[in-house]
Amino acid sequence: MTADKPDGADPGPRAASVGQPRGNLPPLELYVPEPRYRPGDAVDYSHLEIPEAGAHSRPDETCPPVETRPLCDGLVRVLDEENRAVGAWDPGLDPDTLRRMLRVMALTRAFDDRMYRGQRQGKTSFYMKCTGEEAISVASAFALADDDMVFPSYRQQGVLIARGYPLVEMINQIYSNRADRLKGRQLPIMYSAKDHGFFSISGNLATQYPQAVGWAMASAIKGDTRIATSFIGEGSSAEGDFHAAMTFAAVYNAPVVLNVVNNQWAISSFSGFAGAERATFAARAVGYGVAGLRVDGNDALAVYAAMQWAANRARANAGPTLIEHFTYRAEGHSTSDDPSAYRSAQEREEWPLGDPVARLKAHLVALGEWDDERHAAMDLELAEQVKKATKEAEKNGILGHGLHHPFHTMFEDVFEDLPWHLEEQAEQAIRERRTKWPNWKEFSE
Amino acid sequence: MSDEEAALSLANAASRPLNMIEAINEALDLMMARDPDVIVMGEDVGYFGGVFRATAGLQNKYGKNRVFDTPINECGIIGAAVGMAAYGLRPVPEIQFADYIYPGLDQLISEAARMRYRSAGDFTAPLTVRSPFGGGIFGGQTHSQSPEALFTHVAGLKTVIPSTPHDAKGLLIAAIEDDDPVIFFEPKRIYNGPFGGDYDAPSKTWKTHPGGKVPEGYYHIPLGKARMVREGSAMTVLVYGTMVHVAEAVLAAKGIDAEIIDLRTLVPLDIEAIETSVEKTGKCLVIHEATRTSGFGAELVSLVQERCFYHLEAPVERVTGFDTPYPHSLEWAYFPGPVRIGEAIDRLMSE
Repeated sequence: MTADKPDGADPGPRAASVGQPRGNLPPLELYVPEPRYRPGDAVDYSHLEIPEAGAHSRPDETCPPVETRPLCDGLVRVLDEENRAVGAWDPGLDPDTLRRMLRVMALTRAFDDRMYRGQRQGKTSFYMKCTGEEAISVASAFALADDDMVFPSYRQQGVLIARGYPLVEMINQIYSNRADRLKGRQLPIMYSAKDHGFFSISGNLATQYPQAVGWAMASAIKGDTRIATSFIGEGSSAEGDFHAAMTFAAVYNAPVVLNVVNNQWAISSFSGFAGAERATFAARAVGYGVAGLRVDGNDALAVYAAMQWAANRARANAGPTLIEHFTYRAEGHSTSDDPSAYRSAQEREEWPLGDPVARLKAHLVALGEWDDERHAAMDLELAEQVKKATKEAEKNGILGHGLHHPFHTMFEDVFEDLPWHLEEQAEQAIRERRTKWPNWKEFSE
Repeated sequence: MSDEEAALSLANAASRPLNMIEAINEALDLMMARDPDVIVMGEDVGYFGGVFRATAGLQNKYGKNRVFDTPINECGIIGAAVGMAAYGLRPVPEIQFADYIYPGLDQLISEAARMRYRSAGDFTAPLTVRSPFGGGIFGGQTHSQSPEALFTHVAGLKTVIPSTPHDAKGLLIAAIEDDDPVIFFEPKRIYNGPFGGDYDAPSKTWKTHPGGKVPEGYYHIPLGKARMVREGSAMTVLVYGTMVHVAEAVLAAKGIDAEIIDLRTLVPLDIEAIETSVEKTGKCLVIHEATRTSGFGAELVSLVQERCFYHLEAPVERVTGFDTPYPHSLEWAYFPGPVRIGEAIDRLMSE
């Protein structure tokens, strides 16, 4: 069996398989997309077509899908250069609502910053920030009813925070500690919170898209009034699940809002690898017979307005909507990623649609409803709130320091009941522990 | 093992220590240089060079026509590879994690695996699907799975799993040269160094391990040939991937004179090596990290029972991961580590 002798002798290079060129036809060429900027490059976004705020009309929420075509190629924007809310898409929110929205967005950012540091300090294995994308999840959550069902990807922590899910619970999950409601089973940030209308996050991409459609169909089957919504990144819109979801949504006129968060980057692959050089993501909607909207994802009012339009449409049995949120992933894909290896650091600075928190703040200031002092005080307060929640969660342990769930829980929930083989394996796991540490006791014992 | 490694080094090629990523990168580089039909494709494999860096530098060297990023669509990655193979290319698609291969299964199982059979050789699918697999890196249930048994169960697919940088290079070259579709699972826990199963111990590198010595230039290790890790008489241990090193460490610690066979290729399997060894030792231990029920271990146990029954002095033992998804915080309780393996060894030795 150790016959690795040179039957492996070098067979020599192979000749290429090439067809015979025909006549004077030009040789075919493979096109492989390439992003405009790589590390060190100066960034210029002047090629982006960005309509003025307020430029788009707002069609009736029950219009035929094809009437949304101009909105699929354009960009719904509400906040203008002077930080005013303008045009038909201005949702007309009162200052209290705007301040609450700003607060949740700022809290989401503060939470991300602290959890990122926690991962760097070794308190957990992994974290994913949503920096620069806070408006998309938070303003969407504000526009939805609290009991509408959200099928998130891994960057919609803002929905949970907007719906008042306890930060301590989120951190328990991130630390995989003994209080983690998911029993330490899931990678950090893969939350699940049914009581907050938040579906279990999968690490597999886009799987939640057809599921959201199915939930919406179920709601329709039962004559319910709740709708479903789902979020995926532009990169994962390449998955077949996207097509499945769109087809089912169109066929059954499902009361669902499907969101594509186009943050330009899928780890190191720019949006061109999901088709962005050929068409907008929103433009796909019309081909399926679904309404489409393309919205400035860093404009909380535009996001709110788009989600509100689509939710009203779904609730009126007028059909599904695909919303493309045009934004920028300001940070790495995750704590395992270093974007300086593949994109220009200037991109974030030059992003022409600004920062969603700063823009909403500036709007409130322009309205005379907010100021720098109050904002600074709020940031301090939120940082303190997150710190307090972190300390609270740390009492339940951090990853890899023993305060995890009892070993038997590893075998529970594979099925509703434990079959004999899992009972045996559970006993095995506990016996192994005792062998390794004879004095070991589970905290629950 | 060192003797055998020397035998593998073919001719008088100089060798030097590489980690498994570097060895894989070198195999890809070498095959791209030798065969203009070899192309590399997958998520993040181009400019970035792959999330584990296995394809680093290849796009720069061979151009975007032959090394390119793909959309996040595993069905498309494998389906397009089947089409490229139909043209006559030899694609080497990467699936970023084995846990993400499932959307590509129809293209693999119904298409690539059956292409030769259903077209009576009119079309073939000589693709090599590379994918990091296995746990031990706190990857949770979507970055830790060992789905090899799903593929060994499919008629028409070959499944290869290296356990050293040396083997990774030689086996990957053989897989790319093979005219049938090959699933090439890379045990990511040992990308940077062998792992003896003690997660509290400091990480090792490949620098001082004989299997980390990788010859320069071309060599291939035939698919279907196991590697004798260690000769012995007390029992035969059938193992592959990360678990080769865990088994080696546990058996050494217990002072057992075991014969350890690294299968390298699950399909086609080196049945001759298995039979010869079990007939000699009379005892057999099968180890894998994957879940137990219907795992590849079940196949191995059956084969040993069918073919070596009258030589067996004890029931064949099987040590595996548990039949649960790979947990995050209890990863090391899940992992078939020294205690679980040790218990099985004790049972075998007490017979």
